Amino acid sequence: MQINHPHRMSRGMSDYQLKMAFIMPTMILLILMNIFPLLWSLYLSFHRYKASMPAAPRFIGVRNYSRLLADPEIWGYFQTTAYFVILAVAAQFFIGFGLALLLNRDFRYKGFVTTLLLLPMMLSPVVVGLFWRFILSSDNAGLLNFFLSPFLKSPIGWTTNPKVAMLAVVIVDTWMWSPFMMLIALAGLSAVPKFLYEAADVDRASAWFKFRWITLPLVSPLLLIALLFRTMDAFKMFDIVYVLTREGGPGTATETVSMNLYKLAFRNYNTGKACAMAYILLIIIVALSNIYVKYLNRVKGDTQET
Amino acid sequence: MRNRKNFVHYLILAFIAVAVIIYITPIYWILATSLKTLSDITTKLPKFVFDVSLENYQKLMPSEGVPDVTYLFLGEVFVGLLLFGFFSLFNVRGLPRALSLRNIGLIWNSVFILTCLYSFLVLQPLQSRLQTDARFNFLLLLVCTIIAYLLIAPWRRTGGLTSQTTKRQRLTFVLPSVFGTIAICVVLANGGSKYFYQLLNSIIIGGGSTILAVGLGTLAAYAFSRFDIAGKDDLLFFILSTRMLPPVVVVIPIYLMYSALGLRDTHFGLILLYTTFNVSFAVWLMKGFIDEIPKEYEDAALVDGYSRFQTFLKVILPQSVTGIAATAVFCLITAWNEFAFALVLTEVGGRAVTAPPSITSATGSTGMDWGKIAAGTFVFLLPVAIFTFLMRSHLLRGVTFGAVKK
Repeated sequence: MQINHPHRMSRGMSDYQLKMAFIMPTMILLILMNIFPLLWSLYLSFHRYKASMPAAPRFIGVRNYSRLLADPEIWGYFQTTAYFVILAVAAQFFIGFGLALLLNRDFRYKGFVTTLLLLPMMLSPVVVGLFWRFILSSDNAGLLNFFLSPFLKSPIGWTTNPKVAMLAVVIVDTWMWSPFMMLIALAGLSAVPKFLYEAADVDRASAWFKFRWITLPLVSPLLLIALLFRTMDAFKMFDIVYVLTREGGPGTATETVSMNLYKLAFRNYNTGKACAMAYILLIIIVALSNIYVKYLNRVKGDTQET
Repeated sequence: MRNRKNFVHYLILAFIAVAVIIYITPIYWILATSLKTLSDITTKLPKFVFDVSLENYQKLMPSEGVPDVTYLFLGEVFVGLLLFGFFSLFNVRGLPRALSLRNIGLIWNSVFILTCLYSFLVLQPLQSRLQTDARFNFLLLLVCTIIAYLLIAPWRRTGGLTSQTTKRQRLTFVLPSVFGTIAICVVLANGGSKYFYQLLNSIIIGGGSTILAVGLGTLAAYAFSRFDIAGKDDLLFFILSTRMLPPVVVVIPIYLMYSALGLRDTHFGLILLYTTFNVSFAVWLMKGFIDEIPKEYEDAALVDGYSRFQTFLKVILPQSVTGIAATAVFCLITAWNEFAFALVLTEVGGRAVTAPPSITSATGSTGMDWGKIAAGTFVFLLPVAIFTFLMRSHLLRGVTFGAVKK
């Protein structure tokens, strides 16, 4: 190499040096700000430690973990989270896919209308979630209760009634994230070749048949990506719960795992236990994101081929 | 048959219209509430017809009154946008136009820079607990404007008449508008407005972390895109997985680390954290963009005697300007919207607190001033909405980490 290009070494860095100089800053930053803190919290998760107390961490083995895993309350929070994830992701999937099916045609101002629909997902969940509390309020001027008033005897206390509080969170999350599903589904739908439908028309296929055997199989890889991503994101749900139902209230009706973890770490300052909890959560998320990235790479390979 | 098809088409359009109305209503309601008087907000039933008042926005302003310089900057923001609109609409081609465009752009930016200089000399730093150093901010703004102008304005005279250069010329008109908006925040924050102080923090932290993340991300993305790297896929997965971690999990050790290092509630600490958070995203998105640039361009440049680094500077960077801009906007929006880190690592009313935790901290008191919250929320959401419309063709890439392209 050097014999072929003797001038290259004299002018600037070699490829290897350049490669290292380009990648290293990012890697060092990620290791310093992500890996090192995570290792520290792994260390702390085996200790009894309160960040608010001056006492040094005391080694207690796996007791933090065993206590957490034996605690029925923790499983209650996982249950709440799972309940939320299933409801919210299912609602987002059907509404988003439905919207995409509606939008998958030519009409005037299509780009503008699509962008308008996409607006909610770009906005700050926490700021929007706060304002939704006003829209969902049961006492004065609650917009949703106003629109529902012809169908209801008395206004619903969306954020105060433990039975419907989760539904309120699901509504806000669905409003924010069904556009995400719509965007990805729309991309899948517009990539389906038109001639397939034309061929089906020649064979006098029914609309359902076309949907079931042409649309669905071709869109499903992208839909799966969207579903996985939303599942992972919904599993981490923190912002909306924090403001909409005031830190997981009423009671613990909407206390998700993330919310509980926040309380454990920054309300009770039970740092050692919180670190253990964080690691349990971490393992689940890493497993999920592993699947996600596998599918992402597969879809990427597919789109590059076509 | 044809009639029936038409009917179905219009029915679907009607459905879409209903969906748009449902999705936009909450945003409209924020705007409507922010324009109502207090008595119109606290009615028994929602009020759809109301007298427009700006009293909620006045609550966000400094209590001692708005400083005069604000209006100067406000004027400049509007004139900049008007100039941009004017030169975009009346597209006359020719050499004189290109020259006058360049001169007007230069004059307009100088005017803005002079106003910044004037504000720098005139403004008295307010002795408040917010401890903003407005003079320092103006100096920073001045330097940023000059650097941005030098970067955007096309300087080379050769080939100066392409549509690309006129596009860049027009962008220089928008530049003072963007920085003028920031200047307004600086002035109002210095005047004693808490809200604009937090907004300014969001701008500083968001802007700083975006520049760092996109810079680092572009370099790494280039290396990942063009070189053979041992364990490339694993490294890329590792980079992405750092982004997937729940913020609440990461923030516990970061909180301890920052407490030990004294980085809590500092701008630098948050910039560093948001950079880490965004850099993985930037790597993935930029890799997608750089992958699309044909390798032949580089090979040609290498044969011509450029070194690798020169190739990167002179071939890859100019080719990926759109990608860099899109990535930057996405990083900016993420940092702007971020909540969990800011909540834990800053204190409400503290030095580096960003807008989201402080807007939401208003929830503590019993009677909530929804009008004021709505006004603050609307001002906060407006830039994101504008960027969403500007970025609409890149949204799909942005949300899928660059995997799905169109």
